[in-house]
Amino acid sequence: MINWSIVIETLPAFWHGLQITLLLLVISISSGLLLSIPLSVARASANPWIRTPVWLYTYVIRGTPLLVQLFVLYYGLPQFDSVRESALWPLFRSPWFCAWLAFTLNTTAYTTEMFAGAIRSTPAGEIEAARAMGLTRFQVFRDVFWPGAWRRALPQYGNEVVQMMHATALASTVTIVEILRVARDVYTNYLVVPESFGMAAVLYLMLTVILTQGFRLLERHYLRHLDPKASRTQAPPKGKQHIADA
Amino acid sequence: MRLSIASALATALIAAGAAQAADVVRIGVEGNYPPFSQVAADGTLSGFDIDIANALCAKMEVQCEMVQQEWDGMIPALTAKKFDMIVASMSITEKRKQVVDFSDPYYDVPSRFIAKEGAFTGYTPDDLKGKTIIVLRNSPRADYIAATYPDNPVLLVDKETAVYLELAAGRGDIAFGSSVVSGESFLKQPEGKGFAQVGEAIFLTDGADGGVGIAVRKNEEELKTKINTALAGIIEDGTYAKLEDKYFDFDVIPQSAKK
Amino acid sequence: MFYGYLPMILDGLRVTLSVASVSLGVASVFGMLGALAKLSASPVLRGIATIYTTVVRSLPDLLLMLIVFYGGQILLNRVAEARGWGYVDINAFAAGTLTLGFVFGAYLTETFRGAILAIPRGQIEAGHACGLSGWQVVWHIMLPQMIRHAIPGFTNNWLVMLKATALVSIIGLDDMVHRAGLASAATRAPFTFYALTGLIYLAVTTISILVLTAIERRYSRGVRREATR
Repeated sequence: MINWSIVIETLPAFWHGLQITLLLLVISISSGLLLSIPLSVARASANPWIRTPVWLYTYVIRGTPLLVQLFVLYYGLPQFDSVRESALWPLFRSPWFCAWLAFTLNTTAYTTEMFAGAIRSTPAGEIEAARAMGLTRFQVFRDVFWPGAWRRALPQYGNEVVQMMHATALASTVTIVEILRVARDVYTNYLVVPESFGMAAVLYLMLTVILTQGFRLLERHYLRHLDPKASRTQAPPKGKQHIADA
Repeated sequence: MRLSIASALATALIAAGAAQAADVVRIGVEGNYPPFSQVAADGTLSGFDIDIANALCAKMEVQCEMVQQEWDGMIPALTAKKFDMIVASMSITEKRKQVVDFSDPYYDVPSRFIAKEGAFTGYTPDDLKGKTIIVLRNSPRADYIAATYPDNPVLLVDKETAVYLELAAGRGDIAFGSSVVSGESFLKQPEGKGFAQVGEAIFLTDGADGGVGIAVRKNEEELKTKINTALAGIIEDGTYAKLEDKYFDFDVIPQSAKK
Repeated sequence: MFYGYLPMILDGLRVTLSVASVSLGVASVFGMLGALAKLSASPVLRGIATIYTTVVRSLPDLLLMLIVFYGGQILLNRVAEARGWGYVDINAFAAGTLTLGFVFGAYLTETFRGAILAIPRGQIEAGHACGLSGWQVVWHIMLPQMIRHAIPGFTNNWLVMLKATALVSIIGLDDMVHRAGLASAATRAPFTFYALTGLIYLAVTTISILVLTAIERRYSRGVRREATR
């Protein structure tokens, strides 16, 4: 059924693809997390001048396909001489930079809305209590606001990381040789499904299980003050949350 | 229950395709290889490949349907029976002959390097040391570059037109492409200003007879014979020469087919 | 401004919208079957449904699509040959809609399961007590309330699916993104066409949200009126 000699022959390529997929995921998720913390605070702000620009950004990103965003950056930008002659061109030249930028912009938008929702649902009493104890605004944010918001957003955030891992497969469309690209090349050369797409499916399944279990451990750590049974049966929300809930 | 509904649904979805599949020859074409195949603003396909395909259909007296397929999945789609033959400027190579059969060649043009005028003085691996070479993925040209310039960084792109978009964008230093496609679709355009075909014209073979052929699935001798007869027919009756004149001011007919 | 390619792109929008709506129909069927299987008494059905939703949510949509497009076709060819059906084609449209339907069916499974569970048992019992037949209970009591409970999940899935249709361009379906690629190659103005495509997606998303919010309001009318009274 399975031709093991093809599997062995293509294993190094898949191993390399797996590393590329992981690298893409790590660089996009880490920068996305860093950016979305301040942006989510701005998004949840009471001041419309601060709130609205962030809303517009997340609305546009969440209202368009990631594939199109990637194509605009990678294939689109070189259309302009001004881009090609600018100091930033050495960056935009690289498929890696374009993929990183597209993935970061994308995950930041979803994560920002997620965190903003968690911030908005912070009980007013918590803040009032912290203020009454004489904490500064920054201390309130760091010690009260954010830890609570992070806990509430964690199950959803884990889901977003898994979704982003799957989204790295789109990098295959801009010449980056990650797992899916390897699978497509193996398929083109050997014309076998299990050894190409099947192999990729096994790898993605493994990564998904590892990530999901990792986040379950994190949840157990952060949510241990709650009933452990309740936190385990609480299913993460399904699919990418969209604008309509914002 | 679940399965039967799913399969009923599948049947409904593909019924239209199945009904007409019986007596129509479906031809896989590409659309990103001007002037051999391209898509016009109204969505219609045109080009030398398309005209050849239509001429062959007329000669074979069969009804044809063009199926547009991205280059990257061309052979997989043929073997999965998405279509019955490929008329998409596909070079005849030993590597491909392991998975598909080819008709006699219907044209043959060389490959060449394309670079900024005066950027390079020679094209040996030493001359191009460290330079990024742009070339079409899953093509004999990509194999040639990998074999001849094993140490160079290579940018593999999904379609021939992208080779030149990437070259113009500066994502590589030099491209290796079809001498005709680069000439027609790039060098004659404003973006191609300052670029030129450089180095020798190379006819790639990898041991096969070379040239560009029509691919059919293995063990479809009947269709292959029909295609070869029709091909000889359109060369004989002057249809081929007319099409050649329509697109090129030089010969593209393979040596072997010349009378 | 668009070098005459605008009508071609807009025609691609028609393809995109038909892929999205047919996929939604297929997804609803898969989702309903999945929900019923998950709520059924049979452990086998529950197991199948769980494997289905787990595997689908563990793989990239694009990979699933390629597996259905190539693997599904090869499998179908073998079955067709064995049974002497002749050739049966899964064209790009069928593969795209089947895959998207299959994938989003897994997400809708949860939506529908939640919607069925949200109906108080007492209402169904009351329906029977009033002499309604089983079918009447489903039609007059369960379905209208299921729609209300399923609308938020349904809305979300429609919007995500709309964007996921962009992937069908990779298996060669002639949708908006695919045409933007062709137009880009022909005109060498990729930014113009990909940005245009992005804006059209944004417009469709916005219209969808407005319409679906209105529908949600309509189906929740009874509930809100009660609440304010």
